[in-house]
Amino acid sequence: MDRLDAREGVVTFGALARSGFRRWSTYRQATIAGAFTNVVFGFLRCYVILAVAAATAGGLAAGYDAEQLATYVWVGQGLITVVGMWGWTELADRIRTGEVAADLLRPVPPVVSYLAADLGRFGHAMLTRFVPPMVVGAIFFPLYVPHRAGTIPLFLVSVVLGTLVSFAGRFLVNATAYWLHDARGPIGLWTLASGVLAGLYFPLRLLPDWAAVLLYAALPFAGMLQIPADVLTERDGPALQAGLVAVQAVWAAGLLFACARVQKRAESKLVVQGG
Amino acid sequence: MTVIEMHDLKKDFTVRVRAGRFRRRKRTVAAVDGIDLTVDRGEMVGYIGPNGAGKSTTLKMLTGILTPSAGTVRVCGLTPVPQRTRLARRIGVVFGQRSQLWWDLPLHESFTLLRHIYRVPAADHAARLARCRSLLDLDDFLDTPVRQLSLGQRMRGEITAALLHGPDVLFLDEPTIGLDVVSKQAVRGFLAELGQGGDVTLMLTTHDLADIERLCRRLVVIDHGHVVHDGTIEALHARYGSRRRLVADLDAPLPASFTLAGASLVASEADGHRVSFTLESTTAAEAVAALMASASVRDLSLVEPDIEDVVARLYASPGDTS
Ligand SMILES: Nc1ncnc2c1ncn2[C@@H]1O[C@H](COP(=O)(O)OP(=O)(O)O)[C@@H](O)[C@H]1O
Ligand SMILES: [Mg+2]
Repeated sequence: MDRLDAREGVVTFGALARSGFRRWSTYRQATIAGAFTNVVFGFLRCYVILAVAAATAGGLAAGYDAEQLATYVWVGQGLITVVGMWGWTELADRIRTGEVAADLLRPVPPVVSYLAADLGRFGHAMLTRFVPPMVVGAIFFPLYVPHRAGTIPLFLVSVVLGTLVSFAGRFLVNATAYWLHDARGPIGLWTLASGVLAGLYFPLRLLPDWAAVLLYAALPFAGMLQIPADVLTERDGPALQAGLVAVQAVWAAGLLFACARVQKRAESKLVVQGG
Repeated sequence: MTVIEMHDLKKDFTVRVRAGRFRRRKRTVAAVDGIDLTVDRGEMVGYIGPNGAGKSTTLKMLTGILTPSAGTVRVCGLTPVPQRTRLARRIGVVFGQRSQLWWDLPLHESFTLLRHIYRVPAADHAARLARCRSLLDLDDFLDTPVRQLSLGQRMRGEITAALLHGPDVLFLDEPTIGLDVVSKQAVRGFLAELGQGGDVTLMLTTHDLADIERLCRRLVVIDHGHVVHDGTIEALHARYGSRRRLVADLDAPLPASFTLAGASLVASEADGHRVSFTLESTTAAEAVAALMASASVRDLSLVEPDIEDVVARLYASPGDTS
């Protein structure tokens, strides 16, 4: 009975994830335009950061050499959409309009169905938004090729964890709409913070040690971008490399747990808007 | 067997109203104010009332997406809010104003997804879908993304979506609002057929009383969160004094002194060539005979009372059960 339930649960989750994938695949032009923009900004960022690195002693900036820096930039450009850093207001919108009622009328907890759909979106973005910048980056710049056998698998784990962290964070700020009716404030703050604190604009280790430690461990944002990039570029030894992924895992678990709690709290005092 | 049970069910909303420049006063709105109602298996209940009467609020509490302020509610033996997920498998819900379909996907993909969400065996799913496809004429737009459907097409899709997991109870909140005539007919015909099976319990709110006349033996009228009528349509007519009317076309106007026992003249048109009587304490047969005996009648018709008139009168007069 339990085995059966678990199997059916996986089937349901898979179907929801597939639908997430399908939904995104219906917007081809937006996908192409988005990938193009990522590539253009990749060139800009890459030239700037390489110029900065060249101006510093020995071509090393924050402990990354030029190849690692170029890789950090292009991986970052690829991951922006993969982890889904920006622009997700679906849950908040559905709460505001009362459409969320349809989610609640189904026998699947909303956190689970939104997570499944987001992983579908992740799969779609991996194919359409991660690959193009990486290919273009590799053609025009010397990129760092990992030396250790475990790096690529660890990178993939790190990217999935980064997506979970990002999803949970987005879910939480969207869920404030249950109480605030207008979640634009929290969503705006999250967007602002995630750009800077995830390491999109500069590698976090350019900052003093104490600040870098704080941003890597005490806040979730680094897990969305900086840590996957560090893992792929082998910025640290194997132990620290694995340790950073463990930090991501802790954040992902903690934030997903918080999502479940918040959703439950919201449901107990729920007021669905509109007739 | 009782399927829906509400006992002294209440829902208050607290709304903040401005009182002065910075101060806001809290005001309580009693949207549902002590409803007692039970519905048996297989019943089709029309749940009507003016705007803001509390219909949607009641349905939200019945479906587990709104916590009652007081009272008890049970649906299929479950308490809706705490047992919402279990209840979800037993009920189908359509809120006419919003969608449960996936906006970006073709309609048939929404149906497939719902099969997985409700874990419906493939054969059951296929049989139910086939039935809906033929009765609701879905085939022309199964491949169309939901966002491109017309309202009528979408609503037929919504009703299908609500039924694919074989629910015991169907809650429909304004399912025909804004629909074109053809879609309305399709929806009504489908629901009528569904009701004939006697297994599915249906609770329907609507502004279109034709829906009720077509579908529901039982009519519950609410106003200001109270039940003001619960019974058949005939009982409603009897209680609020609506009568059948006899309309006659005559060769010559009736003499001014003419009276029809047990009936009263309510209209005289076309210079007295067309007269209408309401039948109060007489049968149609007696009235027709009496009229034929004293006038030359060219044509006769018997007009059933119009539920719209009754309800309009009901809404106009304050509820008499409070
Ligand atoms: N979320 C809400 N907050 C405050 N008042 C509400 C809310 N929902 C409904 N109401 C009020 O409750 C009353 C009943 O609303 P509703 O059940 O939607 O009526 P109906 O569906 O019969 O038109 C109305 O006065 C409405 O303004
Ligand atoms: Mg309503």
